[in-house]
Amino acid sequence: MNRNQDVFILSKGHAAGALYTALWSIDEAIEEDLMSFCKDGTKLAAHPESQSFPSIEFSTGSLGHGLSLSAGVALGKKLAGESGHVYCLTSDGEWQEGATWEALIFLTHHKLFNLTVLVDSNELQAFGTVKEVASMNDLKNKIASFGATVLECDGHNFAAINSALDTPSLSPRVIILHTVKGKGVSFMENKIEWHYLTLNEDLLKRAQKDIAAL
Amino acid sequence: MRKEFTIQMCALFEKSPFIFLTGDLGFNAFETLRDVMKNKFINTGIAEQNMISVGAGLCSRGFRVFVYSIAPFCYARPFEQIRNDVCHHALPLTLVGNGGGYGYGVQGPSHHALEDYGVLTTLQNMKAYIPAFAKDLNVIVQHIIDRPLPSYLRLGRCEIPANFQPPEYAPWRQLLKGDAGIVICVGPLAGSLLGDFIKMKPLERPDLWALCELPIPDIPKQIIEDIAIGKRLLVAEEHVSRGSAGEMLAYMCMKIGLTPAAFFHHHAQGYPSGLYGSQNFHRAESRLDAVDIMKTLSQGQTKK
Repeated sequence: MNRNQDVFILSKGHAAGALYTALWSIDEAIEEDLMSFCKDGTKLAAHPESQSFPSIEFSTGSLGHGLSLSAGVALGKKLAGESGHVYCLTSDGEWQEGATWEALIFLTHHKLFNLTVLVDSNELQAFGTVKEVASMNDLKNKIASFGATVLECDGHNFAAINSALDTPSLSPRVIILHTVKGKGVSFMENKIEWHYLTLNEDLLKRAQKDIAAL
Repeated sequence: MRKEFTIQMCALFEKSPFIFLTGDLGFNAFETLRDVMKNKFINTGIAEQNMISVGAGLCSRGFRVFVYSIAPFCYARPFEQIRNDVCHHALPLTLVGNGGGYGYGVQGPSHHALEDYGVLTTLQNMKAYIPAFAKDLNVIVQHIIDRPLPSYLRLGRCEIPANFQPPEYAPWRQLLKGDAGIVICVGPLAGSLLGDFIKMKPLERPDLWALCELPIPDIPKQIIEDIAIGKRLLVAEEHVSRGSAGEMLAYMCMKIGLTPAAFFHHHAQGYPSGLYGSQNFHRAESRLDAVDIMKTLSQGQTKK
């Protein structure tokens, strides 16, 4: 991403922890910020707040808003003749929100080629698997039927993600990233409870050990 | 008021470009605006939630955005988008709702906006404008531009009596003087009541004020003085009681220790008979007409 031109919108605001870590890696957040995560008086709430850091364009947390916001930003860039690209990360369960499909109709109709939609498809949602709760069945073809170019890749493989991002397309692009929730941490992988739980000291050490062994 | 609104928007676009989004509405009204604005006039389709958030995204890139629909469609379905994406970020997006109150008459309850400004003015940074007369739009549109924050413009039907020259636009305006109490009216209903009150003798009619902005700006000194000398107060509005201008005004009076000799509130009652009809039919069912208002004001009063 080009920080001066590109915009990233985290539609799945519950992944704020990962966003804050990314902001720390580019020196926008500092270590003290990370240490205050979810504590009283923090800038780092469980869902991202736009006033906290310049790179957080919008406060998110209620699912189904990010894609329309991203479409508005992309359209604004197009109308203003601005360069730069808009990236929007959604979850897979989030596609159960009707507004997401409204946004998909809009962005394909307006040919917003300066927008890439990323879908974190870990097949889990808040109270069950996506298949159990409200199956999206063939999400790829559903999205493609709206006129978007849909690509799929391993969401843990940076080379595969980069390759998908570099693939030219003749319509707005949606990349489905196949992921495993809690990837690499033995006791977390594919466990819904880790949508909610926090680590204690022992579990933190185990998680660090697992990740170091990757 | 759509005709006047279109004229004002066309004029505004020439000096201060903006983006206009419509939820597939404006047939026979916005064709000229569409021609003037070209690619800045966008029909976003029948998808109000998306329309609001797209508007927020455009605002974040520095655009002023107006979003148009039939009044209930632009605030009720996309309420969360207005709350989270527009108001929380203090963006300069204006919701334009046509046919506030019972404006869409026999189209039925789905098309009525009876709780719009009450709901919207609970949101951070939001201000509501309810023009009483079409002519007010000239000033209101400029107010909106001068205040780069969320706003709601409730359009209605201009009901100004023939040959009446309203005072220059202000959030509070006294339209008529009288001795039989004070009537404060929100938006275009003022024109309708004015048409009846103006025919009455000054001794028998009330002071009539039009209130056009919410949250309510400071109560005018004249009203405070008139309440202090014992004039009775009645608020009339095409809006339900909860969150209404009447409630806001009563709260403001309490805060400044002002107690009217009597306080009455004529407001939208919903659909008491279960029957449907024109805007005037629903107003009459809610006692939002001059005859009923005068009956209320004279309750318990000995005739002079």
